[in-house]
Parts: sequence; structure tokens; C-alpha cells
Amino acid sequence: MSEKVGVYICHCGTNIAGVVDVEEVAKWAGENLEDVAVSREYKFMCSSLGQELIEDDIKNEGLTRVVVAACSPHLHEKTFRRACSNAGLNPYLCQMASIREQVSWVVEDNEAATEKAKAMIAGAVNRVKLHEELEPNLVPVNPNTLVVGGGIAGIQASLELADAGYPVYLVEREPSIGGHMAQFDKTFPTLDCAACILTPKMSDVGAHPNINMLTYCEVEEVSGYVGSFNVRIKKKAKYVDEEKCTGCGICIEKCPKKVLDNVFEVGMGYRKSIDRPFPQAVPNIPVIDTESCTYFQRGKCKACEIFCPTGAIDFEQQDSYLDLDVGNIILTTGYDLFDCKAMPQYGYGRLANVFTSLEFERMCNASGPTEGKIVLRDGVTEPKSVVIIHCVGSRDENHNPYCSAICCMSALKFGHLVMEKTDAEVTSCYIDIRTTQKGYEEFYNRLLEEGMNFIRGKVAEVTDAARLPGEEDKLIVQVEDTLLGIQRRIPVDMVILMAALEPRADAKDVGLQFGISCSMEGWFTERHPKLDPVATMTDGIFIAGAAQGPKDIPATISQGAAAAARVQGMISVGEVSIEPVVATIHEENCSGCRICNTLCPFNAIEYLEDKEVSYINAALCKGCGTCVAACPAQAITGAHYSNEQIFAEIEGLLYDVISGNGAKAPRVEREPVPA
Amino acid sequence: MTKKGKLALYWAASCGGCEIAVLGIDDKILKVAEAFDIVFWPCVMDGKVRSIEKMEDKSIDLCLFNGAIRTSEQEYMARLLRQKSKVLVAFGSCAHEGCIPGLGNVASREEIFQTAYHDTPSTDNPEGIRPQPETEVDEGILYLPIFYDTVKTLDQCVEVEYYLPGCPPEPERIWDAIVAILEGKLPAPGSVIGAETTVCDECPRKREEKRIKEFKRTWEIIPDPEICLLEQGLVCCGIATRAGCGALCPTVGSPCIGCYGPNEGVEDFGARMMTALASVIDSEDPEEIDRIIREGIPDPIGTFYRFSLAASQLRRTALTTGGEDQAAASA
Repeated sequence: MSEKVGVYICHCGTNIAGVVDVEEVAKWAGENLEDVAVSREYKFMCSSLGQELIEDDIKNEGLTRVVVAACSPHLHEKTFRRACSNAGLNPYLCQMASIREQVSWVVEDNEAATEKAKAMIAGAVNRVKLHEELEPNLVPVNPNTLVVGGGIAGIQASLELADAGYPVYLVEREPSIGGHMAQFDKTFPTLDCAACILTPKMSDVGAHPNINMLTYCEVEEVSGYVGSFNVRIKKKAKYVDEEKCTGCGICIEKCPKKVLDNVFEVGMGYRKSIDRPFPQAVPNIPVIDTESCTYFQRGKCKACEIFCPTGAIDFEQQDSYLDLDVGNIILTTGYDLFDCKAMPQYGYGRLANVFTSLEFERMCNASGPTEGKIVLRDGVTEPKSVVIIHCVGSRDENHNPYCSAICCMSALKFGHLVMEKTDAEVTSCYIDIRTTQKGYEEFYNRLLEEGMNFIRGKVAEVTDAARLPGEEDKLIVQVEDTLLGIQRRIPVDMVILMAALEPRADAKDVGLQFGISCSMEGWFTERHPKLDPVATMTDGIFIAGAAQGPKDIPATISQGAAAAARVQGMISVGEVSIEPVVATIHEENCSGCRICNTLCPFNAIEYLEDKEVSYINAALCKGCGTCVAACPAQAITGAHYSNEQIFAEIEGLLYDVISGNGAKAPRVEREPVPA
Repeated sequence: MTKKGKLALYWAASCGGCEIAVLGIDDKILKVAEAFDIVFWPCVMDGKVRSIEKMEDKSIDLCLFNGAIRTSEQEYMARLLRQKSKVLVAFGSCAHEGCIPGLGNVASREEIFQTAYHDTPSTDNPEGIRPQPETEVDEGILYLPIFYDTVKTLDQCVEVEYYLPGCPPEPERIWDAIVAILEGKLPAPGSVIGAETTVCDECPRKREEKRIKEFKRTWEIIPDPEICLLEQGLVCCGIATRAGCGALCPTVGSPCIGCYGPNEGVEDFGARMMTALASVIDSEDPEEIDRIIREGIPDPIGTFYRFSLAASQLRRTALTTGGEDQAAASA
């Protein structure tokens, strides 16, 4: 039976019609292409009138296939599939020809564009005739959600979901939730104390009946698909029985071993071998660090065990594993700070009084290593002058090309804190000051009024080599003041480096584990940069906060809440439809060569040892076609992208070459017919 | 006893291995002789083309045709046997997909003649004589078959019912096919008579996930006897090659070269091999990938299209001479 194809050519205002002769193309398609029953052009096919045109023709003309030549299928494939569906035609019997993105926007010559549009439509018509009816699968959504990362993004997402009545597992790699925000002193631009606004939320998480907090844990394995993921969590041994510990802190007090705290205090302060990261930690349960613990290293001590009033210390505790079933996953794994030692010209690590931004945060914090006093590395001397260097590792082609988004505002905040707590003069060396959010520009103006100095220029060097009078025993900041056009040497006591925000060192591995992709730098890639910022290309995996890119606290919290809202939507619908355009391995053709096993970006392929064949989990497959192309035995076929469909499309694209006059025909050898 | 069928066997552009393979079925050849009158088998018995020409159309029940089509004579014989046979089988890799003769499609007739009749060191041809389709001598005109620019597979000349892959087909598979023909248990016309999976299925080596850092030539390593050869860096075409041989080569440590042709449904063997290997090269650095391919696979056509160039999507390299001289020669 031959198909009845309807061809619809969109003007897209003048976007297409301004370049492509749409009337001519419509007439041509109707007259020249086989099985085309209807060929029309219309100003805006995506308008409701345009869609009705298709629907009416399906009903009245009995169309069995539809081709819409318009924009990219990314934009309106759904629209036209729905129109077909409304008229009772299986939506997968519709094909789009992208004559805007691939023709009118890129071909300058009108005649050439018109010819190319014809070829694209011929390809689509040829292909659509071989389309098969496909039906999406419906799978149930487990109402449990896994949130990975207990920073402010993860906290917000967890609370939103838990408050809505859904169970949440919040996994955090450190012994306490809180993330970077717990390390900060004040928050810009309002200067309210970070702890004051964060700790109530942390306590809410700890106490929430719907939140199962899994601290000092890591995700070991993820399998499954949207609606039903299986996750294996590794619970690292804390050597403290969480059930028995009351968080009294006697063990910490009694522990004789003091070590440098390189994590929470970023090397500015000390902790005990059994300790919690900070006093307001949630959960308030200490963890033994076996690397430094005297008992674990030398087999003697056990002071903590001796003094623990509830007998909670358990030196025999082992790592354990927990298997969870969840319907959705939100990744809020945050960021790492740029290693300032990678820019040796700024002297960090070599010059004592060069500090990173996070070190300075800890210094300002009232519960930090200096109890909030701003002092030099010696711990006593107040600085009389401070330079803050912006964009350390950001907006720098040698390191990270992007803007870290928060450093300008942090620098202003630091300037304010220095001037508030000391008599020091503060100078900011910036490239551009970026104060784009609500209240930020006002804060900048406030700092200008408070007397902070601003020099527009990227600092060349920080050195302790004095050359001029007044530079002895100082740090000298060499910078070009680009507004005055002069070189300056500024002798100061303290330098603060506004370190870039970087993706977590293991972000790419985490992305691979959860089947989502990362940008070149390593930030998790959102489904759409504008329209879908918290979803990913993998259904059921959402991202929020700085793991997706540098952002400040309000933006992070918004994303956490947005991701939670998306998950709530999934849970309340209760089931999710899975796209039927997937790849299938035909067991009888598969020899188990395992070429495909490592290729799937969504981990949909597994090897069945018993049958010695590979297998694709249809619910995980996104129909990308990687394995279909790679299978040397062609044991894998991709629905909607069969060989026949693709070759038909190519033949259509080459219609003028294949069926045209001899001039365009490819060189086919004409063999003489023997007598 | 029912009437005996008529069987013809013919060879065109081929090496003769297929003829030997037919005899490889050993004493079963007697059973073949019981079932069929062999009407034509130039390799083994005397016979005249003229006697075939005189036969009625479709009077031969089965014709096993091996060899590719390189000359006008071969094309004539293909058409003749097509006309006279009920079932025409493209027997062996040459008839099926061009095989080694098909590799000649990287050159034109002109280039081949230049090499064969002029350039090779052992050629002594001071007058530059080349074979001509027609040569006038005192007694009249002598004819030679026309040598085509392009080697064709059998089904690029005539319609073919079945294909029996292999270079040569294994005797067991030949016998299986003959039994199937005798018992009438044949697949749909146009099918390849054979397995629908690949050599890996028959290969005893242990296979793991594949990540290839370097391709090795066979002389570079002594492969581990247990592990998949491809995983050891040898370009083994077993992943893409139709099963049927019993994985003879990889079993003894020699990588599969693909003589059984592509698996069921595959359009282009070489393209399949290339996409598969490209997918498992273990590097993300374009320069390193380029180096791995360049150093490990110096002859891509010979590696990936050793048997299937004539049957591939591209069929041959672009002709620069255009075949006009051939048209002139045949006029």
C-alpha cells in the first residue's frame, strides 16, 4: 500500500520565506515527489492555525504520513507530533525537515537555498514513508529521592521535598552537612551571618522525619532508570556508634592528638583526631580520623573510649553498604576552590601573608581559628594595609576562561570586614566589577563610600623583594592601573586572592556514574541552558547549585528548590513515559564481542554472562545511536533510525543526482553488453 | 528414484580455491553425483559453452558460480548461466562480494595494465604491447575479452538466488547448503546461506570490555592464547564477520581477516569495522587517536575491505580515466 504524505512548508515569517521560494518548493513537492498527496505552505506552521491545517488534512484527505519543513526538530517536533496525534495519526509518522537552521539561515544564495530545501524535503518524504508507529512506555515513579551533596543546594532541595511529604535520602561525603556555606562568615550583600541563616536549615534537615541523612557516605553504584534507580551507598566507618552517641563532645575534649585541619579550616586551624568539623555540625557526631589517631597508628590510647559516657566508641566498626531504591536523583555536589599555588607569581604558599579567599573567610568567622580577628599569619599582628586580587584563576586563559560569578561580591564583603574590624586601608585590584544581582550594586556603592580603593588592573606579581623606600618587610603588589595608565607598586601587609570556583576534581567521574555529561571545564551540563537549567539529558537526574556552574547562595538555593519542584512533579504524576526511540540488541545476531559495552553514555548496555550477549535496558537508552553505529555485526538496531530509513533519506537528499539528467549523475561505469 | 537434477559449476575471476573446496566435501561428492548430472564444470571435466547455449532456459537446476566479474567473457558466462539455471548461487567470496580480485578496484584498467605490462621489474616488453580486444592478423580478426575498469560481484551483473560466503566456503557449509538445496529447505531467495551472527560466537577466546590503546601487526606480538585478539591490539575482523568457519584463524592465534563477509543485514563490511574500532580506541586526544590509527592500520582498504571492496557502498576509488577508452575499445 502506498502512503499518502502531506508536506507542509513553513514561511517562519520571513525567516525561511525571505530566502527560500516557499511557493515554488510547495508546488514542486506536490508535483514531483512520489506519494505526496498534499503540499502546502503557510506563514507560521507552529501556530494553532498551522497545526489545524495538518489535523484537517489527516482527517479529510486521509494522510498517513506528515512532513513539516520548518525549523529544527529540537524546537517544534513535539508540536507537530502532537498535531498528528490529535488527528489520530501516530506521532512518530511525522518527520521534520530543518529548512530554517540548515537552509535559510546558512545559505546566502536564494536559488541555492530553494534547491537545498527541495532536497531536504525529498529526503524527509522518502524517509517518512518507512516510519513505523511507535508507542511510549509508561513506568512508575518511586517517590523516594536521592540528594547527593549536603551543601546549601542539597539542603534546600531536601527540605522542599521532605516538606512536601516525600522521603529523601541526603548523602554527604563529609561528616557534617553544610558545605562551603558553613565555612563562611558573613554573606553579601546583606552581611547577615552565614551560620545564623544556615544552621537552622541544617537542624531542620537533621530533625525532619522525611529526611534520612547519610553523612560520611559516598555513592558507590547507580543503576536503573528514571522512576526506579538502585543506588548503593558506602557508609564509611565513623568508629562512633551513631545510635549511642549523644554529641556531648567529651571525647573531643579528651583526645590528646591535635592535627592541622586541612578541610574545614583550610589549614588555618587545628582539630582533634576524633572531632566534628565545627560545633554546629549536623549530625553532631564526631568521626575518628584513623590516619592521625594514636590508637589506630600505634595501638594504644583509647582515651575517647575510656571517657565516652555512653560507650559509643567502636574501634571495630567497618565500612558498610546500604542499597536504596529511589525514583529521582538530585546532584548538588558543589565546587572546589582553585589551587592558588598554580599562579606562583602571587606567592601563595611561599609568602606567608598571602591568603586565599576561603582562608580569609575562616579568619573572619567568629568560631574560626582566630576567633574572628583579622591578623597576619603570625596570629597577632593586625594588617595596616590589604590588597584584594580579583579573578585569581578566573577569566584567565591559562587557567579558567569563565567568570566565577561570586568573587567580586566576596571581595567587597572582605573589604567591608577588614575596614570594620581593623584600621587597614583596603585596595581591590579588579578587571571588571560585576555586581549584577539585587542589592549588589548598592553594596558596591556602599564600599566606595566606606573608602575602599579600587584599581582597575590585573596584578602582575606579589613579591617581598623590596626595591623602594617603604617597601621593606612588606608585600609589594605590582599592578598596572589601566585607568591612569601607570605602573604601581603597592606595599601592603596582607594580600587576599579571590580564588576561582572550579568543578569538583571528580566531577567527570561522578557525571559518568550518574550518566550525565560535563562541560569542557567539568561543570554538569543542563538539559537546556535557558529553558531547562536543572534537568539533565538523563531523565530523573537533576542538578542544582555550583555543580552546574559558579553561582552565589540565592541562585544556588533557587536551583535547589527548582530541582525539588521538578522531582515533585514527577512524583505527583506517578508515572513517566519513556521515549520509544531506543536501540535494541537482537540476541540472535549478537556474538557477544563486547564492542558496545563501554560506549553507552547512559550506561544502558550490560553484558549477560550467561547468554554471552549484550543487552540494552530500554528505559535507560536515549536512542543516541552510538552503539547502533558501532555494532560490527549490526545486531543493534535503532528504532526510528533504521538503515532503510537513513538510506531512504540520503537517496531523497540526492534526488537530483540519482534521477536527474546525465550531467549530474555519478560516474557509473557503462559496461558493454556482450554480444 | 526421482529424475536426477542438473548441476553446473563455473569459475570466473577467482583463484581456484573454491573448486578445491567443493572437493573438500570428500566422498560426499559421490552423493552429489548421485543427486545431480554435472552438465558443466570446466575445472574438472570437459565441456563446451556451445552445448550450454543450446540448452533450454532454466534447464539447469543448480549453478554454483564462483569468481568475480572482471572481463566481458565472465559477464557473458554469468548471463548465460543465469539464463539457463533455475537457482544461481554466488559461491564463495569472489562471486559474493568481489574478494581479492575486487581489490583491483583501487586502480583503473589503465593503471593495472601499466603495472602489469610495463612497470614491473620482470616485464620485458620493449614494443609496449598490450592486450587488445581485437587484433587483425592475416587470418582475420582475433578477439580477447574486454578487461573492465571495475570488478563486479555476480549480483551486480545478474540476479542471484543465494550466496555462499567464505574464501573459500568451508566444506561443511557447502555440504549443509547442498543438503538444504536437495531437501528444498532453503531460505527466501536473495539470502545468504549461513549463520546470522559473527565469528566471535564461535571463537573460544575470552572476551572483555574493549579499550584499545594501540593496534598491533601480527608480527609484532605473540598473542596470549586465551584472550580476545582484538583486546590484544590485533585487528581481528571476527567481530564483523559472519560466522561459519568455526573461528579457524583466531583459534590458532591469527586474527580473522573477514573472508566470510558481513553479517546478515550489514550494508558495508568495512564501514562496520571502522566504526566499531573507532568506538573503542582508548583516547580522547585527537592527535593520539590519529597516531594510533596511522601507525596501527597502515592499509585501511586492505584491512577493512580485503574481501568486500567491490560490494561496498563506494565499490571503487574514483576513476580518473572515466572508462571512455573502454567504450571506444568495445565499439
